[in-house]
Amino acid sequence: MNTIRRVAIIGGNRIPFARSNSVYSSASNQEMFTATLQGLVDRFNLHGERLGDVVGGAVMKHSRDFNLVRESVLSTTLSPQTPAFDIQQACGTGLEAAMIVANKIALGHIECGMAGGVDTTSDAPIGVNEKMRKILLEASRAKSTGQRLGSLAKMRPGMLVSPTLPRNGEPRTGYSMGEHAELMAREWNISREDQDALALKSHLNLARAYKDGFFTDLMTPFKGVAVDNNLRADLTIEKLRSLKPAFDKKVAPNQGTLTAGNSTPLTDGASAVLLASEEWAAAKNLPVLAYLSFSEVAAVDFFDKKEGLLMAPAYAVPRMLARAGISLQDFDFYEIHEAFAAQVLCTLKAWQDEAYCKEKLGLDKALGAIDLSKLNINGSSLAAGHPFAATGGRIVATLAKMLNQKGSGRGLISICAAGGQGVVAILEK
Amino acid sequence: MNDGYLNFANSAVGAKLADALGLPKPIVLDRYKEGQPVIKGSVLVGGGDDAKLLPVLAKIFKSIGAQTVAHRQLPQWLPLANGAGLMSGRWGVDDQPGEKVKALVFDATGMTDSTQSDALYEFFHDAARSVLPCGRVIVFGRPPEQCANPRQATIQRALEGLTRSLAKELKRAIAVQLVYVAEGAEDQLESTVRFLLSPRSTYVSAQVIRVGTPVGAGGTPLNWDKSLAGKKVLVTGASRGIGASIAEIMVREGATVICLDVPQAQPGLNEIAAKLGATAIELDIGAADAPQKLVDAAKADGGWDVIVHNAGITRDKTIANMKPHFWQMVMNVNLSTQERINDALVESGALKSGARIVCVSSISGIAGNNGQTNYALSKAGVIGMVQSTAPVFAKHGVTINAVAPGFIETQMTAAIPFAMREAGRRMNSMSQGGLPVDVAEAIVWFANPASSGLTGNVVRVCGQSLIGA
Ligand SMILES: NC(=O)c1ccc[n+]([C@@H]2O[C@H](COP(=O)([O-])OP(=O)(O)OC[C@H]3O[C@@H](n4cnc5c(N)ncnc54)[C@H](O)[C@@H]3O)[C@@H](O)[C@H]2O)c1
Repeated sequence: MNTIRRVAIIGGNRIPFARSNSVYSSASNQEMFTATLQGLVDRFNLHGERLGDVVGGAVMKHSRDFNLVRESVLSTTLSPQTPAFDIQQACGTGLEAAMIVANKIALGHIECGMAGGVDTTSDAPIGVNEKMRKILLEASRAKSTGQRLGSLAKMRPGMLVSPTLPRNGEPRTGYSMGEHAELMAREWNISREDQDALALKSHLNLARAYKDGFFTDLMTPFKGVAVDNNLRADLTIEKLRSLKPAFDKKVAPNQGTLTAGNSTPLTDGASAVLLASEEWAAAKNLPVLAYLSFSEVAAVDFFDKKEGLLMAPAYAVPRMLARAGISLQDFDFYEIHEAFAAQVLCTLKAWQDEAYCKEKLGLDKALGAIDLSKLNINGSSLAAGHPFAATGGRIVATLAKMLNQKGSGRGLISICAAGGQGVVAILEK
Repeated sequence: MNDGYLNFANSAVGAKLADALGLPKPIVLDRYKEGQPVIKGSVLVGGGDDAKLLPVLAKIFKSIGAQTVAHRQLPQWLPLANGAGLMSGRWGVDDQPGEKVKALVFDATGMTDSTQSDALYEFFHDAARSVLPCGRVIVFGRPPEQCANPRQATIQRALEGLTRSLAKELKRAIAVQLVYVAEGAEDQLESTVRFLLSPRSTYVSAQVIRVGTPVGAGGTPLNWDKSLAGKKVLVTGASRGIGASIAEIMVREGATVICLDVPQAQPGLNEIAAKLGATAIELDIGAADAPQKLVDAAKADGGWDVIVHNAGITRDKTIANMKPHFWQMVMNVNLSTQERINDALVESGALKSGARIVCVSSISGIAGNNGQTNYALSKAGVIGMVQSTAPVFAKHGVTINAVAPGFIETQMTAAIPFAMREAGRRMNSMSQGGLPVDVAEAIVWFANPASSGLTGNVVRVCGQSLIGA
């Protein structure tokens, strides 16, 4: 039995994120993830290398992409003997993948691996109309041509024009993610003003990070694009204020606070990180950016108990802090994924709420406030966009580089996911 | 001076008609506009074994702000680019071509044997269809005459055949150049890469440029868009045509300009000088005392930094019909007087350290032309002067280079009879004439303080004219 080892983050790579149906509208998940992995291979000269494992996934996936990650590995210059597999935990996919690879390294099962994720809502799988699907299946089971034609004759033109599009919604509640976030904002009394201010900061921070060249060794251009195309470097608070509420019709008619400006857009993109044991990194002469030291997942009962759908990170973080023996204030950087500005603000408010912390989280007092000047200082999803499974890899690589630049310190990652889940982790240097 | 056919072929009806009749379809060339980036679109980088310039190129691309991607033959590019603070990546996934690019750059400096040419095939085969209109191709090699052994010299010399053919083949106004970089001259490349990648070099194609170890006190401009800030520049024949454009572009680059022309050209000269805020000198450079007058003027002005010998004349006749004074005038104005002026300025110290002399030759001087024995003699002589005085002037820290314009839309060419004019216009890889500004941009590149590695070069501004190639 091996002892538990430290897990080093060597580096990361992502392609610029792009708003759905824009510059990557013809790119597949496969292509984007392959380009991303290849960039990581190129950056660290891993051509022909057999890695211990590559783990990743996509939330929106074609059935033909059942082996998405392995197929991508085979298209890179890594050794074809590198195993790989797909996972899916909604927006938590990328970080969960990093945790899986990290755990294998920590236990000595593997020496190095890559973790990541990819998503496209431009090249999303479209299901044929449900009636039409049944007819097609019936026809394919038919034993004679006559039977087959008989089945196919049941098709109606209307079936073609009403295909089943993938939805970014909760199957159990019928509400979209945005509607859930709007409900949370109402429950926690989060003002439109605060949401817009957070969105503005995200854009300005991301723009500054680009200007400083922060992403130079964290990204590779794709399809001629070198910057996240959702980024508005010249965004103003007036512009954000002018946007109309986007998710209020069903849940709070005419009282909505969530807009297209303070919510993430549908986005295409991919990201990956390289994790390894310290021994492997030393043998390859690769410097370590930071270490992945703790992780935790949590889920809330958003259906029967009507918990906020995106509140699970509020639960996951204190459980992880208890294991790490530190407080919420013991961090140099906070990377809280901005699915919606409201999600971030609700979580921060919940941690300061004595009653919530005691009754829901089972703590003896509130976790307290964080220093907001340490929050998402190089921008986050509101500016960069949010290709579901790719967000985790973006954040891990970004935070690891920030810790490396600082020389030492600790950073918190918090990501909410569909299904009422939360995936969180601590990076240290 | 107005190319009506170019406009016609680019109109909706004209384009269809040109297609139907199989007529040439010139495209409107990209031209530099003040303040625009050096290059819009990605640069695809490739290279053979032991490509030596990659670190320098990464630094230059970073400085230019160019977005690069590398062909799979250069897996070492990304870490190197990242090391230079440049974001970069691989072109295409899974051996498929990537995005359309604005430029191809291939480093062939490491090639030492003709058996290594496959890397060239691989790169240009994969990328040929992916270059955008008005794109750029640069191949870097080592000067054959300085190679250590015959095999290396041979493959390096061979590159010329490739670039000249690519220039004809890629069409769509894509310009292709070969740049020979001497060992130790790697740091002299930036002004040349900037010029060749940018729309400033729009009418320059199929050229061979040699970059050597630096001559004199050069420097890097603080602002590349004002490359001649603080420099004093004399332009001869500046009252009209190409000379007026040179003066204008020099002023755009931040130079203080002295416009010179013959006394008969005074109205035009004064108009240009006033428009540009330049000083004017009325002088016949053919006169015996012209060299001394210019030395005095330069000294009184605190020394000059750049001399552009643009003034030139034609007196066309077949030699059997030519009167002796036609012969003598052309030789004197186009060549002899320039030799005297250069010698006087350099020897008297009227040129500042790091000074540049830029001459204007002509494609006639390279290819020869019916009725232009005198003119071609003088313009080929300009090439001889550039090549023979380069090593002499280098000792004084002065560079000397020439541009050789092809068909440029000016009053000189407007005077050519229609049929001949049309032929002159279309008989090049761009299917159109160049503009005076295209010549001026090339001259400004030679004049750049960062161009200390350029001397003895003759670069044609001819859209790869089919004659005299
Ligand atoms: N236009 C073309 O297509 C073309 C092609 C090849 C080379 N060139 C060369 O480019 C240069 C400029 O050509 P251009 O088309 O603008 O010609 P241009 O005739 O329009 O201009 C030449 C200028 O030089 C001046 N000049 C002539 N003799 C002079 C003297 N003795 N002293 C002072 N000034 C004198 C003239 O007054 C005139 O202003 C010339 O050297 C010409 O040979 C032009």
